[in-house]
Amino acid sequence: MDSRLGPAPPRAHWPPPRAHEQARGYYPPFTVLEKFLQTLMDGLAVGSLYALIALGYTMVYGILKFINFAHSDIFVLGAWISYATALFAGYNDLDPAAAGIQAAPFPVWVLYGLGGATFVALVVAGIPKLQGRPLSESARALLLGVTWAWACAGMALAARVLQGAGWSIVGGGAILICSMLTCGLVGFTLERVAYKPLRNAPRLNVLITAIGISLLLQNLGQLEWMFGTRPQGMPSLLPDAVLAEIGGSRPSPDADWTVQPVRIRLLDVIAAGTAIVLMLALDRLVFHTKIGRAMRAVSFSERNAALMGIPVDRVISFTFVLGSMLAAAAGFLYAQKYTKLGQTADTVWVLLGLKAFVAAVVGGIGNIRGAMLGGILIGLLEFFGVAYLIPQLRDVYVFGVLILVLLVRPGGILGSTAVEKV
Amino acid sequence: MAWSLSSRASQLGPPAAWSLVRGVLPFLACVAVAILAQVILKPFLITTLGWDFAAKMIVDVGINIVLAVSLTLVNGFTGQFSIGHAAFMAVGGYTAAAIVYYGSYRIAGNPDLAGGVLSSMLVGREAPWFTPHDLLFLVAMLAGGVVAALCGYLVGLPSLRLKGDYLAIVTLGFGEIVRVLIQSQTGDVLYDPEEIAQTPAWKLAGSLGGSLGFSGLPFYTSFFWVYLLVLVTLLLAWRIKNSSYGRALISIREDEIASEAMGVDTTRFKIRAFVLSAFLAGCAGALFAHTVGVQLNAAELGFVKSFDIIIMVVLGGLGSISGAVIAAIILTILPEALRGVAEYRMVAYAVALIVMMLVRPKGLLGVHEVWERAAWDWLLGASKRKGAGR
Amino acid sequence: MLEVESLAVSYGAIKALHGIGLRVGRGEIVTLIGSNGAGKSTTLRAISGLVRPAAGSKIVYDGTSIASRPPHEIVRMGLVQSPEGRGVFPNMTVEENLELGAYVRSDRDGIDADREKALSLFPRLKERFRQSAGTLSGGEQQMLAMARALMARPRLLLLDEPSLGLAPQIVQVIFRIIREINAGGTTILLVEQNAHMALKVAHRAYVLEVGRIVMEGPAAELAASDQVKNAYMGRHA
Repeated sequence: MDSRLGPAPPRAHWPPPRAHEQARGYYPPFTVLEKFLQTLMDGLAVGSLYALIALGYTMVYGILKFINFAHSDIFVLGAWISYATALFAGYNDLDPAAAGIQAAPFPVWVLYGLGGATFVALVVAGIPKLQGRPLSESARALLLGVTWAWACAGMALAARVLQGAGWSIVGGGAILICSMLTCGLVGFTLERVAYKPLRNAPRLNVLITAIGISLLLQNLGQLEWMFGTRPQGMPSLLPDAVLAEIGGSRPSPDADWTVQPVRIRLLDVIAAGTAIVLMLALDRLVFHTKIGRAMRAVSFSERNAALMGIPVDRVISFTFVLGSMLAAAAGFLYAQKYTKLGQTADTVWVLLGLKAFVAAVVGGIGNIRGAMLGGILIGLLEFFGVAYLIPQLRDVYVFGVLILVLLVRPGGILGSTAVEKV
Repeated sequence: MAWSLSSRASQLGPPAAWSLVRGVLPFLACVAVAILAQVILKPFLITTLGWDFAAKMIVDVGINIVLAVSLTLVNGFTGQFSIGHAAFMAVGGYTAAAIVYYGSYRIAGNPDLAGGVLSSMLVGREAPWFTPHDLLFLVAMLAGGVVAALCGYLVGLPSLRLKGDYLAIVTLGFGEIVRVLIQSQTGDVLYDPEEIAQTPAWKLAGSLGGSLGFSGLPFYTSFFWVYLLVLVTLLLAWRIKNSSYGRALISIREDEIASEAMGVDTTRFKIRAFVLSAFLAGCAGALFAHTVGVQLNAAELGFVKSFDIIIMVVLGGLGSISGAVIAAIILTILPEALRGVAEYRMVAYAVALIVMMLVRPKGLLGVHEVWERAAWDWLLGASKRKGAGR
Repeated sequence: MLEVESLAVSYGAIKALHGIGLRVGRGEIVTLIGSNGAGKSTTLRAISGLVRPAAGSKIVYDGTSIASRPPHEIVRMGLVQSPEGRGVFPNMTVEENLELGAYVRSDRDGIDADREKALSLFPRLKERFRQSAGTLSGGEQQMLAMARALMARPRLLLLDEPSLGLAPQIVQVIFRIIREINAGGTTILLVEQNAHMALKVAHRAYVLEVGRIVMEGPAAELAASDQVKNAYMGRHA
């Protein structure tokens, strides 16, 4: 290259853009700094979502000491419910034809059907205990479940009205809340029906039950009258704009493709912002409120917590609801960022949940701040590994770090170092 | 204290020749029974009755029995919790596939099935009793087992430090790593004899099809190989369960600290259990890879497959060999039987699993074998005992 | 105030209590003594609702049957237990532990007032107020456990082995405070292995042996009996 012809062009980008990057309309940025920034942003955005999911794993582990394998399915469910509700509310801007066929029946099924199913389940579970006592634990749970189900339906309707009135952003928020409420209800029902009877069973049994529930959710979701087996495109519910560009678009050295600048997108900011707000809220809830103190007490010792007058069952239910709601929020946000929704048994999506579980372990399972830290770290690790090492090995980095952490510091980064004695 | 099969045998004291016969004879019987299955049952099912599908199911059932029983060694006897069993299957399957496929090319110039009568599910095919290719398949299967056993050793090592859920997570992580590595880091399968002849072996070992799967494998898996492995697995498991070695394993399951205090070298026993279990799973993987109608693909050998095997072990009853066998049979046939209700079958399967855990948390047989009276007391009396809440 | 009749509890096939009966009157300190494994803690656990008593067992508190009620409802009724082994939450501060003790209450002013009262009863805790409970000494943890139980404003306080593993001087302090609590109007059911001290502070006593009540009567009388002296007080007499 002759330097007299002008300034030397920057070094060619290596590796060239990969197929999935082309498909996303996103080309790797060019200079060292740009590439670093882009990777950092992606890692943080996805990492904060991992953190949201990891919180659910870690809270349940902290209290009941088992791995809730169904949690990643709640995350997938959260994405699908927001999709269904979006169609219900009239946001079918991506594929009107498909929406026309599917929009009406299944969101209604999901929202009202779940309300009904909880009702039936709780009546069945509650009747033997109701005799003789007017408002027992079960009756309260039942009332709560039904109220909750109607709240979901209400939020869905609100989303519809808001969207019709042109307030689509607020409607998006309503859909987020609706998805969180619905998944919270699902989490509540699962705990009451499947996990509570096993409270004193060997942990292996609880684990198998969790696997069973995971299979159940995946396969229920794939039924034709639910979400079907086809992947869907998620309508965009949140505003998106380019807030800032770093570097300019310019042809690549061999002029085959255009180098895109690093774009700071509003959507990423909203997603990460929502995740961070939710995490801060949870942290505040756990460490500075009465119910949070009760949760920590139960996680240390159910028996001693009960002696403080803490209603242990209710606190456990609350924990499941909380975890499921956070997972649903993560599902919603993830689907907004990567607009393709895989079917409910799609291994890629389920694996996302598992990686969040890895994040929980790396941070120190049972430790809430550890889960947040672990989520961000795993997100960064994954994206930096993909960008700077071998891209196809993204899952290997995650699980490799998992094994490394477990061998070097089994309690995780923020956890206690005690090796578990069963 | 060194407790092992061999030292126990030497302590017993009968003439060495006799104990050798007693040790080897059952294995010879296994071979005989497997040969009978191949030369009598197979033609009877396929030619006389025309039940091709039943024959295929019997092969699948056999492979699943090996997987379930081998996992019972770790999860059931030793009480360690492994959820990455499918990874051993993948390692064994790919190793054997590479040896058989490229071995056939090097020997015969093509990958076609060239086994004898014992190594084929085809009927009416003129073939000698035994060909060198049978030996190739046997070597491949054992090699698959050995490579898987090495991996089992690696996975068993963390069990020195990690217990319970943490070990489970490590095995899960290991399984995923194996799957991703095979899927993303191996090149296309070669099919040009010239090219294969010139490519060095280490490079061939990396040409396993990647995410497309290893296609073009000859179908060596037959009643003979499957049931030979099934019988050997059962025999081993049975001998282990009833030896001091097995009792040492069970003592680790019941109370690891107490068992250590009694002089059991828990570390060594746990690792041995992992290694043997992985070896058998690797052999099963080799059989799986060469089954009619199977396209070997690591994508199918992820944690979902591992869960399937665990479910068999748990449903059968942790620590029960016959329970694992029965559960493997039921759970292989059940999804096929439920095919009539197509989309609901997996839902029904999941519900059945949850209900099972709620009403019969110790599995079908608990820790008992099906022919022990305790198993039936347990089966029939479980409803009474449930009232006690334990 | 508390009447227990034919209380039986079994863990699986093992019977821990074979139908015991005991009575605690308002304002009393009643102690339940016995050796390891006699079933003392099981009795308290059954009263607090932590273990389910066998059918036919009667536990009547203030005129209402509380057998098979969930523990948190029992605490709400003013029957509070300070558990064996102290059971403080080690990752939380002294303050948070005390707040948890007042979980069933929502009268902020009353809670604050009671906290001051508890801290004046246990001045050591005041010094450690913002320290995490896990860093306290055994005696301090025991004090915290008792202060925490007081935060629920108990009318009947169950104390499970408050002297366990403590130095003799601390034991003296603990028992002095037990008397003070009782003087403030709280009824106490005290379970102890340290029969010597327990019989000193109690009004009445029961002796439990392998799941059965074998002796009962005024504490002073039992303390004087040879049988009790030989079996339970050898070390201290």
